[in-house]
Amino acid sequence: MAELQVTLTVNGKTVQAQVAPRLLLIHFLREHLNLTGAHIGCDTTHCGACTVDLDGKSVKACTVFAVQADGAELLTIEGLAAPDGTLHALQQAFREMHALQCGFCTPGMIMRAYRLLKETEDPTEQEIRLGISGNLCRCTGYQNIVKAIGHAAATLRGTTYQEAAE
Amino acid sequence: MQPNATGRSAVIPASFTYHRPTSVPETVALLAELGEDARPLAGGHSLIPMMKLRLAVPTHLVDLAAVSDLRGVRQHGAEITVGAMTTQHQLIGSELIAERLPLLRETALVIADPQVRYLGTLGGNVANGDPGNDMPAVMMCLNASYAVAGKGGERRVAAREFYHGAYFTALEPGEIITAIHLPVPPERHGYAYEKLKRKVGDYATAAAAVILTLEGTTVTACSVGLTNVAETPLWAEEAGRIVVGSSLDPATVKRAVTAAQDITAPASDNRGPAAYRTRMAGVMLGRALERAAKRAA
Repeated sequence: MAELQVTLTVNGKTVQAQVAPRLLLIHFLREHLNLTGAHIGCDTTHCGACTVDLDGKSVKACTVFAVQADGAELLTIEGLAAPDGTLHALQQAFREMHALQCGFCTPGMIMRAYRLLKETEDPTEQEIRLGISGNLCRCTGYQNIVKAIGHAAATLRGTTYQEAAE
Repeated sequence: MQPNATGRSAVIPASFTYHRPTSVPETVALLAELGEDARPLAGGHSLIPMMKLRLAVPTHLVDLAAVSDLRGVRQHGAEITVGAMTTQHQLIGSELIAERLPLLRETALVIADPQVRYLGTLGGNVANGDPGNDMPAVMMCLNASYAVAGKGGERRVAAREFYHGAYFTALEPGEIITAIHLPVPPERHGYAYEKLKRKVGDYATAAAAVILTLEGTTVTACSVGLTNVAETPLWAEEAGRIVVGSSLDPATVKRAVTAAQDITAPASDNRGPAAYRTRMAGVMLGRALERAAKRAA
């Protein structure tokens, strides 16, 4: 089948490529662009490890074709830190709050949390939990992930994180 | 991972040619020309997983994403029209839907997970014919109708007439749903969608949709839809009729629940044996009636 040309913005840079229509976005990112931050977990739209931000939406890149992203603006975990290496508030919070164990789910968790905090500046714990309900952590380290997202939300708002009472 | 028909696991879809029309006439002409091997692509969150398992092997994909006429939520008099490519996420965020058709918002919130809702569409959900999808029973409950476009022109099909079997609907080859038309319920109606599921993202073990209106404590109108307890979504017409005129006293609710359970024919699967799923449909209906009545009062 004929390859198609796609042009999209990935982490602020314009990317042009020839892709087969059946090429999935996750394979395009990992194998064509060498952006291996988004992971392939379940490959069945469940785990969220491949989550990236596509035109202001959190999407699972294992269930989108690269051709569908033609013209889109894409943000992956690689594009989240500042150019000088300063971590994004979410990355910093995940580090400080010990929100990762094996780290496999982390890029997907952070990219999902990134969009959640764009839409909900000051989420409740319940909103955070529902907001990341499409992301699985098989170390089951959810407690600290939820805290880290709350922490990052506070940092982004310029306030101090108040942990909910147990 | 389930092995596919050839006994192998596959996660890479078969090759296909990609089309991206920009208007409805162009789309239906393309589908007519390409014939049976073409599939329309909406949000892709049912079709792409099927393609990865090689359970669907279309040789042409006609992406509806660039057809702008298929988007948006509008009210025309007593009817709200939702473009077929409107996503679940957009439904959840629509003020008009929250105000006039809150049952739709409540349902969209229990479909899949946030990422899937950003791309999954109302049109795709109702057109696919998967008995596990949540919106079809809600459409039956609300007496929605679907605007269908094909080579022969446009027609409207009532949701209550649309579902013929699992993945078997009134859509003819080459036809697409362009919009969903929903009668606006009375202002002070009560509503509820009760869904029993094992986890976030799961299809319903059983689910019930209810809208009703009250005068004082007496039910003056009621409609009931049931999800995933038969080959098709179900409109439980008799269950709705039974509660009209009552004040939802326990004996009447019990009769309505029995009438609803009587029309179910669920499969026994890993969500539970058939008898359990039938019983759960009844439990969901009982809860939905109670919650809808509280909201109407």
